[in-house]
Amino acid sequence: MLERVQSERMQSDRTMIDIRDVTRSYGSFKALDNASLAIREGEFFSLLGPSGCGKTTLLRMIAGFDTPTSGSIAVDGQPMDGIPANRRPTNMVFQSYAIFPHLNVEQNVAYGLKRLKLDAGEEKRRVEEALAQVSLTGLGKRRATELSGGQRQRVALARALVMRPKVLLLDEPLSALDKKLREQMQVELRRLQQAVGITFVLVTHDQYEALAMSDRIAVMFGGRIAQVASPKEIYQRPVNRQVADFLGGMNFVKAEIVEENGASLVLDTLGFGRVRTDKPKAFMRNGGAATLGIRPERLRVLWDNASAKFEVAGKVVERHYFGEITHLIVEIPGLEKPLSVTETNDFGADDIPVGAPIRLAYDPEALVAMAD
Amino acid sequence: MTVAAEGSPPLRMAGARRNPLLQSEAVQGFALISPTFVYALILLVLPILVVIAHSFWTQNYLTIDHTFTLENYRIALTEPIYRDLLWRSLYISLTVSLLTVALAYPIAYFISFHGGRHKSLWLFLITIPFWTSYLLRVMSWKVILGYNGVLNSGLMGLGIISEPSDALLYNSTAVIITLTHAWATFAILPIFVSLEKVDRTLVEAATDLGDGPLRSFLRVTLPLSAPGVISAALIVMIPTVGDYVTPKLVGGKDGVMIANAIQAQFGKASNWPLGAALSVTTMIIVSLMAGATVLVIRALQRLAR
Repeated sequence: MLERVQSERMQSDRTMIDIRDVTRSYGSFKALDNASLAIREGEFFSLLGPSGCGKTTLLRMIAGFDTPTSGSIAVDGQPMDGIPANRRPTNMVFQSYAIFPHLNVEQNVAYGLKRLKLDAGEEKRRVEEALAQVSLTGLGKRRATELSGGQRQRVALARALVMRPKVLLLDEPLSALDKKLREQMQVELRRLQQAVGITFVLVTHDQYEALAMSDRIAVMFGGRIAQVASPKEIYQRPVNRQVADFLGGMNFVKAEIVEENGASLVLDTLGFGRVRTDKPKAFMRNGGAATLGIRPERLRVLWDNASAKFEVAGKVVERHYFGEITHLIVEIPGLEKPLSVTETNDFGADDIPVGAPIRLAYDPEALVAMAD
Repeated sequence: MTVAAEGSPPLRMAGARRNPLLQSEAVQGFALISPTFVYALILLVLPILVVIAHSFWTQNYLTIDHTFTLENYRIALTEPIYRDLLWRSLYISLTVSLLTVALAYPIAYFISFHGGRHKSLWLFLITIPFWTSYLLRVMSWKVILGYNGVLNSGLMGLGIISEPSDALLYNSTAVIITLTHAWATFAILPIFVSLEKVDRTLVEAATDLGDGPLRSFLRVTLPLSAPGVISAALIVMIPTVGDYVTPKLVGGKDGVMIANAIQAQFGKASNWPLGAALSVTTMIIVSLMAGATVLVIRALQRLAR
C-alpha cells in the first residue's frame, strides 16, 4: 500500500488551539464532557463523530458563539475567556454558508474588511486574491442568489480567508453538496489549506471526508473525545469498538487476554487462534475479555490450491455485488458472527457461488486488539 | 394506479379538443379569482370610475351639468382651505407612519429575536385591543387626553402642571397619537414576519466577520427586514391620509383632515363634483407619496451596505 502523502507544508509542533478540560452542560445534559485537545499550527484537524457527539458545540466554542461551562480555550497562546466572537482571530465557514443575500459576491467577501478601513485599492486587491484562491475570479458582481451550491461554498470560504484568520473553522462545509462535487471539494480544500498554511478545524460526520483531508482526527462520541490520531492510525488502530465501527466496516471477534505486557498483548480467539498484537495506547483492561478486529478488505480470498501462512476456512453465505468490489459474508466454524470480506472483482470474486467452501488469508499485522 | 395514469392522457386530450379554452392555465386562474374579481369590480372599480367622472362635471343646484370641466381641480389645488387640509393630511399620515414603524420595529424585533417559546402568546397579546371596536378605542383616547382626562389628572397629581392643559386634545397631535396607537398592530405584524425570515446564521456570520451587535444589526438585520418596513409604512400611510373618524372625534377644529372636507362636499355642501375632485387629487398624491416612500427606503437599504 502506498504511504499517504503527508503535508509538505510547514507544520510546526506549536499549539495553535489549546482546549483544556472543557465541559458544556445544558441542564443535566453534557454536550461536551471534559474535553482536552491541542491542535497544532498549520494543521488540518478534523472533529469526527455522529450527530450529537459535541463536535459542533466544540467548534462553536472556539468561534465564540458558545461559552464553556467550565474549562478554557486558548488560541495562539491567548486565552479566549470573555472575548466575543467578533474579536477572535478565527473565522468560520457555516454549514448553510450564510451568504448575505442582499450583497453580491464581492460585497460578501469584502464584508469583514470594511471594518479594517483599508484603502480602496488594497481592499479590492485582497478581495480579488481571495476570489482567485477559490477559483471564483470574474464572478465578483454576481448576486448571491444567482450562485450554485458549490459557488456559495467557495464564497463562504473566500469571505473567511480574506480576513487572514489564525484559524479557519469549517462546520460540515461539504454536507450540502452532491457526491461528485463533495469529492472534488475535498481535494480542493486540502490543496487550499496547504497553500495558505492556516490551521483548519473541520467538523464532519463523514469518516471518508475526515480520512481524506486531515492531518489528524479527533473521534468523538457522546461529548467525549475517544481518540486523537492521524487518519491512518485511526483507521488501522482504533482504540475501541465504537471508533472502529464508525470508521467503516470491521469484523469483531471475541478474544480472551492470555498475556499482557508493556507493548503487546497475547489473545486467544476462536477462529483466529492465539494472536500476539500491539497493545493500543489507551488500552484499558476490562477483566479478561477483549475484542479482536479485522477490516473486511484485509481478508483475502485464497483461490484453488494457494495457501497462506495465516488462514481461516468457512462457507460463503451471502454475496453482494458493488461493481468494482464484492462483499462476501463468510461463516467460520466457531465464530458466533460471520465475517464480512471485501474482495476486488479482478479474479472473479463476483462469481463465487453462495454456499461454496472458502479459505481466507490474513496478515496478523492487520489484527487489532481493542478494549471490550 | 397504472391503469388510471395510462388512461388519463387520452381523456385529457379529448377534453382539450372539446374546449381548449377551458384547459388553459390562464383561464383556469381567472376562473379561480373571478368571485373576488367581480366583487372588486362592482364595489371598487365602478365607484372609482363614477367618482372620476363626477370630478369633471359641475353641480348645478340639484342637477349635475355633464359638460367637461377642470374647474373642480382648480379649486381643489388652489383654494387655500383645501390645500391646507391636504398638506395637513399628508403631514399627519407621514408622521403617523414614521412614528408607528419606529415604535413597532423594536416590538417586532423583541418578539422575533427574544420571544422564545412565547412568540404566539406575544402576537396574541398584541391583537387584544382589536377585541373592542375602533370607536371605543378612539373614545378612550378622549378619556386619556381630555381636559379632565387621565393624563391631565396624572400630571397634576405629580405636580408637573398646576392646571389641566387643553393642548392635549382637539388638535393634530391628538390625531397623531390616536392613529399611531390604532395602527401599531398593522405595522408590527409585517415587520415581525420579515424579521422571522432573517436567517440567524447571517447575524452570526456578520459577528464572525468582526461586527458588534449594533453593526451587524445595521448591516444585516435591518436591510433584510426592509420589505417588512416598507409594507408596514404603506399599510399605515395609505389609509391614514383618508381617515375620517379619528379627526372627527379627537381632532377638533385644528385636526380636520381632507376626508372630513370630502365628506362635507358629498353631504352638507352637496357638491359631489368638488368632493370627487378632492378624492381623486388625494388618491393621486397618496400614490405618489407611497411610491416615494418605497424609493427612499430602498435607497437607505443600499446605503447600509
